[in-house]
Amino acid sequence: MKQQKNEVVLSVKDLKKHFPVKLGAFGERSGLVHAIDGVSMDIYRGETLGLVGESGCGKSTTGFTIVQLHQATKGQVVFDGINLTELDEKELRPIRQRIQIIFQDPYSTLNPRMTIGESISEPIRAHKLMNNSEIKARIAELLKDVGLKPALANRYPHEFSGGQRQRICIARALAIEPEFLVCDEPVSALDVSVQAQIVNLMQDLQEKYNLTYLFIAHDLAVVRHISDRIAVMYLGRMAEIADKDDLFDRPMHPYTKALLSAVPEADPVIERGRKRIILEGDVPDALAPPSGCRFHTRCPIAQEKCTLEVPELEEKGTGHLVACHFPDLSST
Amino acid sequence: MKTILEVRNLETTFKQRKTTIHAVNGVSFSLRKGEMLGVVGESGCGKSVSMLSIVNLLPPAATIKSGEILFDGRDIRKMSRREVQHLRGKKIGMIFQDPMTSLNPVMKIGKQMIEALRYHNKLSKEDALKRSAELLDLVGISNPTERLNEFPHQLSGGMRQRVMIAMALTCDPEILIADEPTTALDVTIQAQIIELIKDIRSKLDSSIILITHDLGVIAGMVDRIVVMYSGYIVEEASVDDLYQKPRHPYTMGLLKSIPKLRGSAVSRLSSIDGSPPDLLEKPQFCPFAPRCSFSVERCWKENPALLTAAGESEESGHKTACWVDTRNGVEK
Repeated sequence: MKQQKNEVVLSVKDLKKHFPVKLGAFGERSGLVHAIDGVSMDIYRGETLGLVGESGCGKSTTGFTIVQLHQATKGQVVFDGINLTELDEKELRPIRQRIQIIFQDPYSTLNPRMTIGESISEPIRAHKLMNNSEIKARIAELLKDVGLKPALANRYPHEFSGGQRQRICIARALAIEPEFLVCDEPVSALDVSVQAQIVNLMQDLQEKYNLTYLFIAHDLAVVRHISDRIAVMYLGRMAEIADKDDLFDRPMHPYTKALLSAVPEADPVIERGRKRIILEGDVPDALAPPSGCRFHTRCPIAQEKCTLEVPELEEKGTGHLVACHFPDLSST
Repeated sequence: MKTILEVRNLETTFKQRKTTIHAVNGVSFSLRKGEMLGVVGESGCGKSVSMLSIVNLLPPAATIKSGEILFDGRDIRKMSRREVQHLRGKKIGMIFQDPMTSLNPVMKIGKQMIEALRYHNKLSKEDALKRSAELLDLVGISNPTERLNEFPHQLSGGMRQRVMIAMALTCDPEILIADEPTTALDVTIQAQIIELIKDIRSKLDSSIILITHDLGVIAGMVDRIVVMYSGYIVEEASVDDLYQKPRHPYTMGLLKSIPKLRGSAVSRLSSIDGSPPDLLEKPQFCPFAPRCSFSVERCWKENPALLTAAGESEESGHKTACWVDTRNGVEK
């Protein structure tokens, strides 16, 4: 369904984002949270790249840094040939028209004192793209696009359910006709039955407007459904990127394998019979990430090399990139 | 099997300014000894409120309007506060969703754990600490004696949930109620906790009620499932029956709207239109009718009772609250 797969629309190169923090009861010590530490990926026009990982792995920070809501510590975000990390606010403005973001929580991202019409049209006004009468027609069109009645434009956010609010947020993101959308866990706060509605809506809109999505989520089943390719992150670094079927059928990285085996399925027969790879322990602290491969502290196949050398993200199959010293290549 | 807990016609409401929220509208179910029962539903369906009603831990705004809660044949609602307090913690253990807010942040783990032991079992401080260390060991925490001297913030989310589980087990409760025990956790940690609960069940032979919104989490764990919608139980069945032949339109829709982790990809997810009703009025007809594709005239007039599903034997225990035989779409 999605062609034009060869044109790279956004390219992230060795992106790093470190947050300085104060530690100790009186903030007497300082430290650096290595939220993302060298992430690279290409996103093709018209595709959906799913970005998965557990909390604290840096997937949202990656999304925020791409749209320049965080300033990168190091590295490049190249959009359409322009390196966004070097631009100042003024130079970024025309770019912001083309890249938008949808957030996780549709409750806190809508201003409760603005009607939804005002919220949706705010980006248009900010970029001074239309006059008032055009805006009115545009709001109606956008509401129709996301499956809401245009007559609702004068209502306030509290009058809507979670699913409807997420529709409103999507309408707002689409208001200035962006090409690229970072979707930061857009369905995680929603109930399953409503989640499916929003996922379907996002797919429809992608087809209609030829959008490119970076779809950040922790739910692997949703990501498998919506994505063309999937990137797996662990503790600030990329572990594996592959076509979704490749990733699910032939995972190479031991973390991806464990992640896939940990997800429970809604089928009692499968669940009773399955053998999980249970990872020991917890994700290490991003303040002091482990040496070498970040995953070696929990990895079932770690060897000495893993504690010393950082594995590079390398292509081990067609379009299948993995960062591991001992990837499972048995099925390629 | 002996029934250890029976809830009959439970009705719980909340007062909110001048309005009343009908959270639980006449729920009946039973828990057999040694059984693990799953309670499933989306947010606001009344699953947590019904369980909090059982142990009388409702917030002040809530009242139990009617119903009987029989523990070992005695109605908890007719017991004195002292008796209920004796029951809670000793006979019925609770595990809550968020292990951070359920633990006292300024009290050492050990001090929190021995509270129940000293109160209910009248153990000396030394014995209580010894027992607590054993319990921490049981839930898979390394160096239990040292952990007793730590504060909750020194533990990770998964560890805290293990502590919560250990605390719920302190007095060998006959019933364990776990309210979304894995929802706040990452999937690899969730997998650890799922295995732990299964393990505890086989070791201690306790009766467990597991509340969740995730049909994947409970698929491989529970024996029976009740599905709740809008304060009612709409379907009750053995775990295999529920997943293999769901009969209530809501359960069917719910199962269909979960994206799959394996098998061929579908281009669209099936979803349930609309959103759950607000609970300001107790519905006079089937609460699911506005979202139901099977609905007939009767659905809009009367609320169906939970009865043996069409074509199922009474022994199977497969019940639905629906006016329609969903196998052929004909009114019963």
